[in-house]
Amino acid sequence: MILQLLAPAVLIGIATSGILLATPYLYAALGEMFGQISGVLNLGVEGIMLVAAFAAYYVVYSSGNLIAGLAVAIVVGALMGLLMAFISITLKAEQGISGIGVYLFGLGLSDLLFRVTIGTPTPVNGFPSLQIPFLSDLPVLGPVLFSQNILVYGAFLFVPFSWFALNKTTIGLKIRAVGQTPEAADSLGISVAGVRYLTVTFGGAMAGIAGASLSIALLNIFQQNLTSGLGFIAVALVYFGGWRPLRIMLGALLFSMVSALQLWIQTLGLGLPSDIAGMLPYVLTIIALIFAARQIVTQPTALTKPFERGE
Amino acid sequence: MKVRFMFFALCLVTLLAIVACAPTAQPTAAPAQPTPASAQPTTASGGATKPFRVALLMPSAKNDLSFSQSMYDALVNVQNEMGKDKFEFVYSENMFNVSDAAAAIRDYANKGYDLIIGHGSQYGASLADIAPDFPNQSFAWGTAVDTFESKGIKNIFAYTVASDQGGYVEGVMAAALSKSGTVGYIGPLPVGDGKLTGDGFVAGAKATKPDIKAQTVFVNSFSDVAAASQAAQTQIASGADALAGTSQNMVGAVSVAKDKNVLWFGNDVDQSSLAPNIVVSSQVYDWTLAIKGIMNNIAQGKRGGEVFTLTLENGGLRMVNNPAFKLPDDVKALQDNTIKGIIDGSIKTGVQ
Repeated sequence: MILQLLAPAVLIGIATSGILLATPYLYAALGEMFGQISGVLNLGVEGIMLVAAFAAYYVVYSSGNLIAGLAVAIVVGALMGLLMAFISITLKAEQGISGIGVYLFGLGLSDLLFRVTIGTPTPVNGFPSLQIPFLSDLPVLGPVLFSQNILVYGAFLFVPFSWFALNKTTIGLKIRAVGQTPEAADSLGISVAGVRYLTVTFGGAMAGIAGASLSIALLNIFQQNLTSGLGFIAVALVYFGGWRPLRIMLGALLFSMVSALQLWIQTLGLGLPSDIAGMLPYVLTIIALIFAARQIVTQPTALTKPFERGE
Repeated sequence: MKVRFMFFALCLVTLLAIVACAPTAQPTAAPAQPTPASAQPTTASGGATKPFRVALLMPSAKNDLSFSQSMYDALVNVQNEMGKDKFEFVYSENMFNVSDAAAAIRDYANKGYDLIIGHGSQYGASLADIAPDFPNQSFAWGTAVDTFESKGIKNIFAYTVASDQGGYVEGVMAAALSKSGTVGYIGPLPVGDGKLTGDGFVAGAKATKPDIKAQTVFVNSFSDVAAASQAAQTQIASGADALAGTSQNMVGAVSVAKDKNVLWFGNDVDQSSLAPNIVVSSQVYDWTLAIKGIMNNIAQGKRGGEVFTLTLENGGLRMVNNPAFKLPDDVKALQDNTIKGIIDGSIKTGVQ
C-alpha cells in the first residue's frame, strides 16, 4: 500500500494538486496574519472570500476580462475588510462575534447576488496556466512548480513578501508594536486605529484575491457557499503557523497535500474507507496543532482586545 | 459608551446578516401567494375547486443543475400538466441544515399543505417526528425506502431511484470510449444514490472491458466544490479519461474535466450545458412519476406507506445524450442495447 503511494506519478499528483489548493489558503491566511499581528481577529474571512469570489466570477462571466475580475475582487475584499475594521476598531465590537456576522453577511449576499444575476452554475474561462520558459521543461519539477496559473505563483511570492514587510520595514515594526503593546505604540505617536484599519483592510483585499483564485483560477465556476469552510481553515492556519509566514505556508501545503493524499488512497483502491480517509487532513491538523502548541508561540498580546486610550 | 457601541455594532451586523439571508430562509411561492392556512386541509379528492397544494424543501438551490433541481423540475412539470388552478406549490431552498428544515416542515404543515416533501435523505427523522401530529396531511422524502410504517406512522411516502441502472449505462459507455483503459467515478458520500450510481458505473465498465480500471472516490461532502475539483484532478492524474459524478458540488469536477479535455457523464439532471464539448450523456431523474403516484394514493384516501422507485423501465430514469457531443454509432448502439437489456431484465447491474 505504501509502495503504491510512493510511485512517482502519485507523488507528482499529490504535489501538483496540493500546491493548487494551497493557493487560496495562502492569500487568505497571510492577509489574516497581518490583521492578527496588529491585534484584530477577523473571523469574517470566509464571507469576504465568498463576496469577492462572486464579484470576480461575475465580471469574468459578463466581460471575459480576467484582470478586471481580479481587480474588482481586490476592491470588494478591501471594502469588506473596511467594514470589519469599522465594526471592530471604531465601534469596538466583540471581534469573534462581529467576524461571524461578516461571514453570514457575505454568505447571504454572495448567494443572493448569484441568484439574482446568473442563477445556475455556469463555467467561465479562468486564468490559464503560465509556462515559465525553460523551467517548465524540467523533468518532474517542471510540471509541478512551473506550469501553474499566475495566481498560484503570486500566492507563493506573497510568502517572502509578507516576511519582509513584517520584519524589515517600518510599517512592519509598527504593526507588531500595535499588536504587542498598543499603549506604548500610542505614546510614541503611532496611530493604533490607523495601523489596524490598514492591516484589516489589506487582509480583506487578500481574502478577495483568495476568493478570486477559487472562482476564476482554480474552479472557474461559482455556486452557493463556494468556499465551504476554506476561510475558517485559513484563520486556523494563522494560529497553526504561529503568525510566521513560512510556517503558515508549510501548514497550508501540509493540509492541502494530505487532502490530496486521501483522495489518492481512495482512487488507487487501497481499501481505506472513504469516511476515514476524509478525516485524515483534519486529524493531522489537530495533531500538528497539539505539537505546535508545545512550542513557545508568540501570540500577539493585544489580539482581540480593542484599544482604549488611557485605560 | 463602549457598551452602547458594541450593542449598536452587533445589531448592525445581525441586521445585515438577516437582510442578506432573508431570501433563502423565506419560503418562495412558485405559482401564486400561498393561501392562508385553511381550517380544513384540502385533499386531492376534496373537490375540483380546491387546488392540490405542495410544499418542497430542498438542500440546495432549485437550479443547482443537480439533485434539488430534479425535484423542482418535476413539480413544474406536474403543474404545467394540471394547470395552476389545480396544482400549487411553494418551496424553500438551501435547507441543508436539518433543524432549519424541521422548523419549516412544521410551519408548512400548520399552513395546511396537502403534501410536504423533504427532498433529501437527511430529513427522515424530522418527518417521523412531525407527521403524526398532522394525520390528515401527507409527507414524502427521499432518496429513501423507509415510510416509517413500522413505527405506526401512516402518512409518510418515500421515493428512491435505481440509479445503479443509469450508472451502469454510463460505465458501459465510458469503458467503450476510454482510450487510456481507466475510468473514474466521483461521489459525495458512500450512501444512497451517490453509492448506487458509482457501483453501477464500476459494474458497467467491468462488464464491457473486464481488464478496465474503474476507480471510485468519495469527497465526503455534497457542497465542497474545491474537494470535487481536487478529486477530479486525482482521477485524471492517475490516468482516467472518462469520469462520472453525482451531487451539486460536481460542477468543480466538470470544470477540471473541461480544462483537461476528459469525458464527463452527468447525473440527476442533464448537465450538457456545463461543458458542451465533454459531456457525453446524463442520467436524468424525473420525479414526476413519484409525485403523480403519491397524488393518486392520496386521492384514494391512502396518505402514506408507499415507496416509489424510479427505474429505466418505468421511465423515471432517462439517459439524455448531449447533442453537441458526437457519439460514435457503435457506442450509441451499445448504449441502446444496454438500456433495452436492463429494461427487459436480460442485463442485471448486480448492485445491491
